[in-house]
Amino acid sequence: MTKSKILIFFLVLTFFTNSLLAKEPSKLIDEIVNEASIILSSSDPVESKIIKLNNIAETNVDIDGIGMYTLGKYRKILSENEKIKYKKLFKSYFLKSFSSRLVDYSDPKITVVSEKKINEKYTIVSTVLEETSKNPEIKIDWRIYTKNPERPLIRDLIVEGLSLARTQKEEFNSIIQNNDGDINYLFKSLEEFIIK
Amino acid sequence: MKKILNIFIIVFFLQVLSLNVFAGSDGTVELNNKSSNIGKSSEVKDCFETVNRGVFAFNQGLDKVFFKPIAKGYRYLPKPIRSGTSNALNNLSNVVTIPNNILQGQFIDAGINVLRFSINTTLGIAGIFDVASYYGLNKLDKEDYGQTLGTWGVKEGCYFVLPVLGPTTVRDTLGSLVNFSGGDAWYNVTISNDTRYFENSDYYYSRLTAGVDFRAKNLEAFESLEKNSIDLYASVRSLYLQDRIRKIENSSEITETMNDDDWEEIDTQ
Repeated sequence: MTKSKILIFFLVLTFFTNSLLAKEPSKLIDEIVNEASIILSSSDPVESKIIKLNNIAETNVDIDGIGMYTLGKYRKILSENEKIKYKKLFKSYFLKSFSSRLVDYSDPKITVVSEKKINEKYTIVSTVLEETSKNPEIKIDWRIYTKNPERPLIRDLIVEGLSLARTQKEEFNSIIQNNDGDINYLFKSLEEFIIK
Repeated sequence: MKKILNIFIIVFFLQVLSLNVFAGSDGTVELNNKSSNIGKSSEVKDCFETVNRGVFAFNQGLDKVFFKPIAKGYRYLPKPIRSGTSNALNNLSNVVTIPNNILQGQFIDAGINVLRFSINTTLGIAGIFDVASYYGLNKLDKEDYGQTLGTWGVKEGCYFVLPVLGPTTVRDTLGSLVNFSGGDAWYNVTISNDTRYFENSDYYYSRLTAGVDFRAKNLEAFESLEKNSIDLYASVRSLYLQDRIRKIENSSEITETMNDDDWEEIDTQ
């Protein structure tokens, strides 16, 4: 009887602990957006802003997952060594591209509008980038990977219905296809982009 | 001959409106097209890729020397002027959207657009002011004949790039041609029929302004795309095809309808 009570106690405790540790995807986006906004509106030099933005990305974006996704069918034919090389290159490419896209904004105002759970693994957080004197309002959906609810990760940004991950996947596949399926041409293109 | 020239000029402006001035692609893209092929992946072939890439480069050059500088200049106009212009052009696009609403069975949307068009054209002074939104009739998505064909199950056909006109598919080009066969009331009153009220040039100016307005709204987005792409041609093709699917679906739920097979295999947690 005592044993079963202890078991129930631990089960209840585990349940509540998990609930407390689980991070709401919309809260994650809210925090990231606020953090990025503070960095971008600061008077720090650009290099410092880039380092801070990259830290946000490394913590909250599933860079390895996106990298594998963007390889499409070609990820199945990579050797282990090629995979290691690709992951390293993709990370550098992603971070450079990520910070370069953001650093042009001085103080973007993004508001979380809603959150929709698709299944256990994914939740879509809908946000709006507010209209400025130059740009119209832009809808941005964040595809959040929630398999581990304690550590949700961003896997895709869907800007006005257009998926950035899908676009990148088709871009990478185009490079490989146009070079007779040789992955080394993709490596070369990534290297060129990184040192540019 | 004059009519053919007119049609060419008009196709140009319509294309400028759709995604414009960038062009290009490669190989074959796989996109999930719910409307025509639920749950299956449909292939959009990039016909004449080598030629397309050449045309794409030409279009980019043209954008650099023509459209981009004009769009930048347009940005210097006071915001009320730009908003008024954008509103008036949106209002005018209803003459194509409304018949397409009906052809796609969106009768409620057609009704709303008829009301919006009537109110904005009169009280809103030729659409310059969006009075209808003030009365709770919010702006709906635009529709065109290419989207209608897509809704009816017509496949994209080849993806290709036209000089000046930019990226398109066989289906979208056929859709554009319907505009010149009586499907666009604005074209009918300005070019097809001799009316005392409008000149041919009214049509061309409206299309050109719409192109410039679109380009001006997307200056930073295009610059960022150019800066961060390692194969810009492929990126533009992907974006064009995704955009067309989204418009045909008339849904912001593209994130849920896209083929997730690739993601499912990737387990990083």
